[in-house]
Amino acid sequence: MATTLQPPQTEKARELRPRGGNGAGGVQGPPTGGELRNLADRPGETARTGIWVALAAIGMTFAALTSALYVREGAATDWQHIALPGVLWFNTLALIASSVTLEIARRRVSAYMRERGTDRSSSTFWLNATLALGVVFVIGQYMAWLKLRSEGLYLPTNPNSSFFYVFTGVHAVHVLGGLGGLTRLVVKFRNRSLRRSTMDATSYYWHFMGALWLYLMFILWVKL
Amino acid sequence: MSEASAPVAHHGPPQSFIRKHVFSLDHKVIGKQYYALALVAVVTGMVLSWLMRIHLVWPNAPIPGLGLLSKTGAPGGVMTPEYYLSLMTMHGTLMVFFVLTNAPFAAFGNYFLPIQIGAEDMAFPRFNMMSFWTTFIAFVILISAFFVGDGPPLAGWTAYAPLSAVGKDSGPGEGLGQTLWGLSIFVFCIASLLGALNFIATTLDLRTKGMTLARMPISTWAWFITSCISLLAFAVLMPACLLLILDRTAGTSFFIPSGLNISDHLQPHQGGSPLLWQHLFWFFGHPEVYIAILPAIGIVSHILINSMRKPMLSHKAIIYCMMGIGFLSYMVWGHHMFLSGMNPFSALVFSFPTLMITIPATIMTLIWLGSLYGSRLRITAASLFALGFISMFVSGGVSGFFLAQPSIDIYLHATYFVVGHFHMVMGVAAIFGIFSGTYFWFPKMTGHMMNENLGKLHFWLTFIGTYCIFMPFHYLGLAGNVRRYSAFSDDFLVPLIPVHKFITYAALFTGAAQLIFLYNLLYSRFKGAVAPANPWECTSLEWVMPSPPPWDNFGGKHVVVYHDPYQYGDVQSSTGDYLMQDSPERAGQTP
Repeated sequence: MATTLQPPQTEKARELRPRGGNGAGGVQGPPTGGELRNLADRPGETARTGIWVALAAIGMTFAALTSALYVREGAATDWQHIALPGVLWFNTLALIASSVTLEIARRRVSAYMRERGTDRSSSTFWLNATLALGVVFVIGQYMAWLKLRSEGLYLPTNPNSSFFYVFTGVHAVHVLGGLGGLTRLVVKFRNRSLRRSTMDATSYYWHFMGALWLYLMFILWVKL
Repeated sequence: MSEASAPVAHHGPPQSFIRKHVFSLDHKVIGKQYYALALVAVVTGMVLSWLMRIHLVWPNAPIPGLGLLSKTGAPGGVMTPEYYLSLMTMHGTLMVFFVLTNAPFAAFGNYFLPIQIGAEDMAFPRFNMMSFWTTFIAFVILISAFFVGDGPPLAGWTAYAPLSAVGKDSGPGEGLGQTLWGLSIFVFCIASLLGALNFIATTLDLRTKGMTLARMPISTWAWFITSCISLLAFAVLMPACLLLILDRTAGTSFFIPSGLNISDHLQPHQGGSPLLWQHLFWFFGHPEVYIAILPAIGIVSHILINSMRKPMLSHKAIIYCMMGIGFLSYMVWGHHMFLSGMNPFSALVFSFPTLMITIPATIMTLIWLGSLYGSRLRITAASLFALGFISMFVSGGVSGFFLAQPSIDIYLHATYFVVGHFHMVMGVAAIFGIFSGTYFWFPKMTGHMMNENLGKLHFWLTFIGTYCIFMPFHYLGLAGNVRRYSAFSDDFLVPLIPVHKFITYAALFTGAAQLIFLYNLLYSRFKGAVAPANPWECTSLEWVMPSPPPWDNFGGKHVVVYHDPYQYGDVQSSTGDYLMQDSPERAGQTP
C-alpha cells in the first residue's frame, strides 16, 4: 500500500472519550468555548501501563533483596539485632501523609480540569504539600542514617546494618525519583500542560513508594 | 484496546543530523544503533574466542600484538593462564549481554515491533533513546576493563563469589577490572529494564485498529514475552551487582564467608554466603538464556511461514509454548547449581521443571518440522538460516536433556559438554536467528537487497563450520575435559589435544567465513540492488510501507488490520498466494 507522506497531526486539545475504570472517575466533559484547561490524554495513552510495568520491576528488585536478606541470615553466625532509630516512625508518618495529600491534590486537579469555576491555588497547595512531605521523608531517612552512625553502625559493620543501609538506600533513591516526578507534575500543572494520565501514573508510583516503605519497615523490624 | 482515532505524532520529524542519526527518538534508528553495537561486540567477542582457541592448542606461542594489549597478561605475546581466563570472561560477557540480548531483542524488536503492530513509534521514545545510550555506556565501561590496572576480570561471565568479591587478592584483573564489570552490568540492567518497559507498554497500548493480540505475528509475540521475562530477570541482577560492588568496595560481607586466606592475606570479611550470589545470579541467568533464544524462535517462525508459503500447523501452539517456556524459565535456575553444595533434594526440585521445559521446546520443533513437511519452501539465505536454526536448536537442546538430570550432571558439570550445549543453543542457534532476520529484513531496513549467493555461501560455511567446532565439545566433555582450563597438561587431557586442534582450525575457518557476511552487509548497504516494498511477498505490516520506511512509519495514516499474518496459500487474493494483514479482501480460516 503506497503511503503518501501527510504531515501528521500534532497534539492539540480535543474532546476525550469517556474513560471508565482506573479509579480516575468521570468524563472530561465537552470543552466550553473549545478550550480544555489542561491537555487531554492521547488515545492509547501509555503512561498508566508503563508505570505498572515499572512498579513490577521495582517490586522484583526488592523481592530479590528480601530473599538475599533471608539467605544471608540463614548462613550467618554474626546476626546482631539492631534497634531501629525512632525517627523512622516519624518518617513513615510523613510518607503516609504525603500519599494522603497527593490523593487530595489529585481530586482537586481533576475538579479543576473539569470545571471553570475553581481556581488553581488549592491544587497547587496540595501538590506542594506532597512534595514537602516527601522531602521531609528523605531528610528524615538521612537523619536515621546519622543516628546509626553515631552508634558505630556503618555499612560494613555487621550484616544487619549492611541490609539496613541497602534497603533504606535503594528505597530512598527511588523516592528521589518520585520527587522528580512530583516536581514535574507541579511544573506541568503550572504550565497548563498536565495530562490526566501523567497525574495518575505519578500518583501510582508515589503510593507504591509508601506501600513499599511500610513493607520495608515491617521486614526491618522483624528481621533486623 | 485498539483505537480508531486520528494519529498523533509523538514527536516531530527530526531536523538536525544529531537528532536524525545520533540522539534519535525514532525506534528504527535506535534499532539500527543496537544492531551496530551488537556487531562491534560480536566481532570483539569472536576475536577473543580465536585468542582463546589459539592459546589452548599452542600455549607457548607468542601472539602478535597481544603483548601491546597487556604487558602483564601476555608478556612477549605469550598468554598467561590468568589472562586466558580474563579473555574468557570478556568473551562470555560481551556475547551474552551485548550480542545475544541486544541483537535479536533490542535491535530487531525495536525496529519491527512498533511496525508489526501498526504503531508509529514506541510508547516512550525518549526512554528508548536513553535505553540505547545507557547500553552504549555499559559497553564502554566493560571495554575499558581491558585498558585499566591489571586488566579485565577473570571470574567468568558468571562472576562467582568469593573470587569476584574479595578484590585484587584473588588474581590479576580482580581489582578495578572486576568492579568495572560489576558497574557495566549494573548499568546494562537499567538499560534493559527501560527497554523491556517500552516493549510491554507499546504492545499492550499502541496496537492499531484490528490488531488484536491474536493477530500479532509470532515475532511480535516473541518480543513481548521476552520483554516480560527480561523485566523480572534484570530486576534481580541489578541488586545482585549492587551487593557485589558493595562487597568489593565498601567492606560488606554479603557473599564472602569468614576465614578466607587468599594469597597469604586473611580477608577482612565474614559471614557471607557465596551460594547467595549463585542463587541471585542464576535466578537472572536462566531466564536470560531464554531471553536470548525466544526472539530468535519468533523471528525464525515468522520467516519460515513466509518461505513455506503456508501457515504453521498451529501458530497459536507456538505462542503458548513460548509463554510456557517463559513461565517455566523462572523455576529452573538451580540446575546450574547441582554441584554447588546446596541440599541434594533441591536438585530434584529443579530437575523436574527443567525436564518439563523440554516439552514446549519439543512441541515447537515438531510443529516446525510438521509444517515444513510437504511445503514448497522458497530457499533464500534467510530461510536457510531458519532451517539451520532448527537443526542447531535440536542438536544443542538435546544435550540439555542430559544435563537436566543431577545424576548425569555430576559428571558433566563444568566440562566441555556444558560448553558445547550452551554454545550450540546460544552461540549458534540464536546467532542463526540473527542472521536469518538480517537477510530477511535488510531490504526493509536499508532499501537494498543483500547478495543472495553470498548469503547462501555464508550459510553453508557457517553451518558446517559451527558443527565442526561445537559437536566435538560434547565428546570432550564426556571424556572428562574440564572447562575454564587454559592448558591441558593432565594425563587424561593430553590425548584430547588433537580434537582441540581440529576445533581451533574449524573456529578460525568459520570466523573467516563471517567476513563474507560482513562484506555482504556493508557492500549491499551502499551498492546493493534497490529493494521493493515487499520482496519476500510477506503479509505482516512492515511490508506495507516503502523500503526503507519514512520516519513516521505509516506516513501519518492509521493502518487497519483485517486478519492474521498467516494468510498464505489458498487465499482469494489479488496479490497472489498471500494476503496482506491490512488488505480488506476476505481471509481464509485461521489455523
